[in-house]
Amino acid sequence: MIAHGSTSPSLQLTHEGRLKHFLTLDGLDRAMLTAILDTADSFIEVGERTIKKVPLLRGRTVVNLFFESSTRTRSTFELAAKRLSADVLNLDINTSATSKGESLSDTLLNLEAMASDMFVVRHSQSGAPHFIAETVTPGVAIINAGDGRHAHPTQAMLDMLTIRQHKGGFEGLKVAVVGDILHSRVARSQIRALNTLGVAEVRVIAPATLLPRDIESLGCKVEYDMSHGMRDLDVVIMLRLQLERMEGALLPSEREFYRLYGLNQEKLSLAKPDCIVMHPGPINRGVEIESEVADGSQSVILNQVTNGIAVRMAVMSMAMSGQVSERVKARPAEVRT
Amino acid sequence: MTALLSIGELLDSLESGLRQRLAERGIERPALIGIRTGGVWLAELLRERLELEEACGELDISFYRDDFSRIGLNPRVQPSHLPFETEGRDVVLVDDVIMSGRTIRAAMNEIFDYGRPASILLATLIDLSARELPIQPDVVGQKLALSGHQRVKLKGPEPLRVELIDTRQQA
Repeated sequence: MIAHGSTSPSLQLTHEGRLKHFLTLDGLDRAMLTAILDTADSFIEVGERTIKKVPLLRGRTVVNLFFESSTRTRSTFELAAKRLSADVLNLDINTSATSKGESLSDTLLNLEAMASDMFVVRHSQSGAPHFIAETVTPGVAIINAGDGRHAHPTQAMLDMLTIRQHKGGFEGLKVAVVGDILHSRVARSQIRALNTLGVAEVRVIAPATLLPRDIESLGCKVEYDMSHGMRDLDVVIMLRLQLERMEGALLPSEREFYRLYGLNQEKLSLAKPDCIVMHPGPINRGVEIESEVADGSQSVILNQVTNGIAVRMAVMSMAMSGQVSERVKARPAEVRT
Repeated sequence: MTALLSIGELLDSLESGLRQRLAERGIERPALIGIRTGGVWLAELLRERLELEEACGELDISFYRDDFSRIGLNPRVQPSHLPFETEGRDVVLVDDVIMSGRTIRAAMNEIFDYGRPASILLATLIDLSARELPIQPDVVGQKLALSGHQRVKLKGPEPLRVELIDTRQQA
């Protein structure tokens, strides 16, 4: 496993406090998260035009570096980069160089030699994007598209955008994250974002076997009983049961999990009547969520996908912008020497 | 330099110039689009003066600026909002001050991403004639020649006023 402690703020922020990499929500304040959401709002408008493209990253090269497979995240990153007019290279490393024995560092050196401006990284090991950000050539931006159990910051931000659209803001909101918290990098980033943006209460609802031991230190209330946990909720976020990551007997059975923690109309009726239902996808119908609820009037699952493109456009353009401003600042010093 | 006209005089001259241009071209129903922020205030005033019913469009050109590689993204970008189809319309693009012409180039690029207008007229309150691109306004409130230490800025929206700033006094 690649070691990762807490990311020092200087790794993802410039001296002036602008974003230059996007690795984690740790160390980003409310003003920064709000700036990301505001910028994303402007990109939503772009997505509604005849020509859904702006020239911001024209002539720049974005490499989607996916060491772990993904459909939704990769395709929305690809679309986001293309709508910013960047050139996009999609690399599925599972089936590529590393299987021929090339090391991560060598793969990166080769990609840098192709004059890439940004790497969007997904990796099964926590901390991989941090490692890359520490070693990459200055001027190249790194965006975390999900690392191990650590973080998935763009997913959390698209969820925040969806909540803000439907609830107008964050003040006073009660939000629950339900299900497989243990294996979820999404949950960690969501809890961080919700607390930074100042909701009234964050709850996690899960069986004890699917909760990490330190979960309460992230700033959330633990509920083991769903009927109790659903009360007064404004937002319920369902997580996918990550069966492929489960080692050992964490669950008696899928059916038992669904009975206790699956979201159906009956459990949803315990929340506020205007409670919205979210899910990062891909959804397992009948495992975490009933079809009727997933397709129902309170579901905003497909809005989340649309917002994913806008949030990724915002983060990519802000990080590139931060890299540019730092490079410009560095230039006079180079001349002097 | 020539004395700066009052805001009322500037608006009168902009309105009469625009009326004349629209009449020459036989345009009865122009679509007004203001560039944030000053241009939006002016577009709204022109809409009232010309008694047009249709709401004005608002353009934020942050995503289209040609200096991203030098200064990066405007941190306070707001969504553009065009409440009408631009395809086939006669557009009047409104801004407060024209100098290099780069803002107008960016604005025209953005407008074309919404559709292909039949024509675009450019109306600016003040023309500072320091052009870096071959772009000229069709209607101007006043042409000003400033000395190197002077800047001009439209403040508003209530009260709307043009301020001349002397950078020597500020420093």
